[in-house]
Amino acid sequence: MQERHSVLQADGTIAAGAQPRMEEEFLLEALRWMMKSRLYDTRVIALQRQGQFGVFSPGMGQEASIVGSAMALDPTRDWIVPQYRELMATVHHGLPLEIITAQYLGKIAPARIPDGVRVLPTQVSIAAQLPQATGLAWGLRLRGEDAVVMAYIGEGGSSEGDFHEALNLAGVTKSPIVFFLQNNQWAISTSRRVQSATTSFAFRAAGYGFPGVQVDGNDVMAVYDVAVAAVERARKGEGPTLIESVTYRMSFHNTTDNPSRYEDPKEHEEARKRDPIERVQKYLTGLGLWDKKRETELTEELTRENEVALQMAFAAPAPTPEDVFANVYEHPPERVVQQKAELLDGRRG
Amino acid sequence: MPQRTIVEAINNALAEEMESDPRVMLLGLDVGKLGGVFRTTSGLVERFGAERVVDTPLAEASIIGASLGLALAGMVPVAEIQFLGFTAQGFHQIGPQLGKFRQRSRGRYNCQVTIRAPFGGGIRSPEFHSDAIEAQFVQTPGIKIVMPSNPYDAKGLLLEAIRDPDPVLFCEPDRLYRSGRAEVPDGPYTVPFGKAAVVREGQHITLVAWSAAVELCLRAADKLAEEGVSATVLDLRTLVPLDIETLCSQVAKTGRCVIVHEAPLSAGFGAEVSATLMEQIFYDLDAPVARVGAFDVPFPAASLEDYYLPSLQRVVDAVRKTLQ
Repeated sequence: MQERHSVLQADGTIAAGAQPRMEEEFLLEALRWMMKSRLYDTRVIALQRQGQFGVFSPGMGQEASIVGSAMALDPTRDWIVPQYRELMATVHHGLPLEIITAQYLGKIAPARIPDGVRVLPTQVSIAAQLPQATGLAWGLRLRGEDAVVMAYIGEGGSSEGDFHEALNLAGVTKSPIVFFLQNNQWAISTSRRVQSATTSFAFRAAGYGFPGVQVDGNDVMAVYDVAVAAVERARKGEGPTLIESVTYRMSFHNTTDNPSRYEDPKEHEEARKRDPIERVQKYLTGLGLWDKKRETELTEELTRENEVALQMAFAAPAPTPEDVFANVYEHPPERVVQQKAELLDGRRG
Repeated sequence: MPQRTIVEAINNALAEEMESDPRVMLLGLDVGKLGGVFRTTSGLVERFGAERVVDTPLAEASIIGASLGLALAGMVPVAEIQFLGFTAQGFHQIGPQLGKFRQRSRGRYNCQVTIRAPFGGGIRSPEFHSDAIEAQFVQTPGIKIVMPSNPYDAKGLLLEAIRDPDPVLFCEPDRLYRSGRAEVPDGPYTVPFGKAAVVREGQHITLVAWSAAVELCLRAADKLAEEGVSATVLDLRTLVPLDIETLCSQVAKTGRCVIVHEAPLSAGFGAEVSATLMEQIFYDLDAPVARVGAFDVPFPAASLEDYYLPSLQRVVDAVRKTLQ
């Protein structure tokens, strides 16, 4: 059996013998980001149900994985290569919330990742980002940069050929990369049980010649521990790490999904008891650092923050017909230039 | 002026570009000590080291995907896929990823990646090695598709490809790799994309081709000349971008056109060329545009390839029919 790293248990107590790296002040910051993520998801799902927001994949239940992994990075030099369920990790890394929101709203120019923000676009083609992430990490080292890449994937995505090719190449090139696998138990309706016969996705790292570790993905202190260790290892030139963060998708694949067709309600109820946010609040309450009043105040503050970003994204300029042709080529073929002119002429005529 | 084969021209282009731009690196199967299965990268690992001439694991999707990532990091990767037919195992990293990445990032990231891949029949190679699947990539916008037919263009187009901030698929005609030498200057020069070359001028018919089929068309033109037929041979050089202006003007001049390619006929790029001519210069045509391609069956065993590929006889027959 793979040992699963744990620090802060579901009941809000510290596991016996655990020595967390995360100090209390930092834990409060982690809580803030996790709550921001949950509040944003809740609001966006409501907007989607009202027809005001596009298809969206929430991170609910996975906030400790998303936030704890991102907090191990230095945004001034490290890179995030997301799949698509790590929105708040990219925001923590410096991507303004209004910009990633504008992307979901189908905006073009207002959705451009600002220069200097070391984040790649979300990736809908599952696992296709991983060979790219390996190349990025490899290239950063060749360029002499002191950078680490954190690449996200799910347990479903680990069945893809790109997962194998990317991890294999990363091992061979000893690239400075952390593969952060969120095992949220579901690939749309496909259960983790039929995704793979392995008992732990972390075992797969052995086949690539680097360490695999498993962590309680609902425990932000434990996630942070293993992520920091993996980032340090990569930065020292010792190569990649695969982290399996065992969590649970508390909402759904995306807003088109209906888990009542396939998810056992008992399994869902059990998962609720392991909520990543509640356990931090319990722990901090025990230390006298958290109470109802603080929760209300922070909730109001974060709701306002999120609302400002949402309103900025809604107010950002809508795409124009020219944008169909925007950003495809640096030097577009003549035929494409003509097609653009035809579209614009047709609209004028 | 130095005389070089296509293999030597490509090797020379890579060496000079690596010399002048330290960001340029090569990766792929056997590109190091072996120098590639066709020896196009011969001697480069000795000269530039194993960090810039990299033997990769046997995995096409990661060779291409990692090239995209290397480009994001500021390198200028030139990936070699051993044969174009093997891009099938990395297909999703070419069109859907390389071709769309700039658009998906709202212009934040360029993918300055060149993928080199030999292809084509006529060298008696086994299954998959000969597949002429260039047209498949035309349906994935965002990628430029370059098809040199001679040593001079091979160097000039390759330098243009490496320097282009957009991703380029550079398909090399393996049958012509060593078939002859031509003048290839030392030092940098580029051949621009989207400029077709009139390699032979004639009055009665225009033969349109790219890559190794250009050589076949030149042989056909020689044979036709014995019969008093003078043919223009137009080398498209690049499929994306397509030089519509030269294509149309060169076909309009003769009023007749035969398109020749090694790919299966149906939905080959010849169909696109023919449709373009219909749209643009229908009233300048004196006969229907004809196409000669491979047959619509998978590439057969090497022992049958002479029956499968467009032959001199089939090209000449198509010309005679078009002239009737």
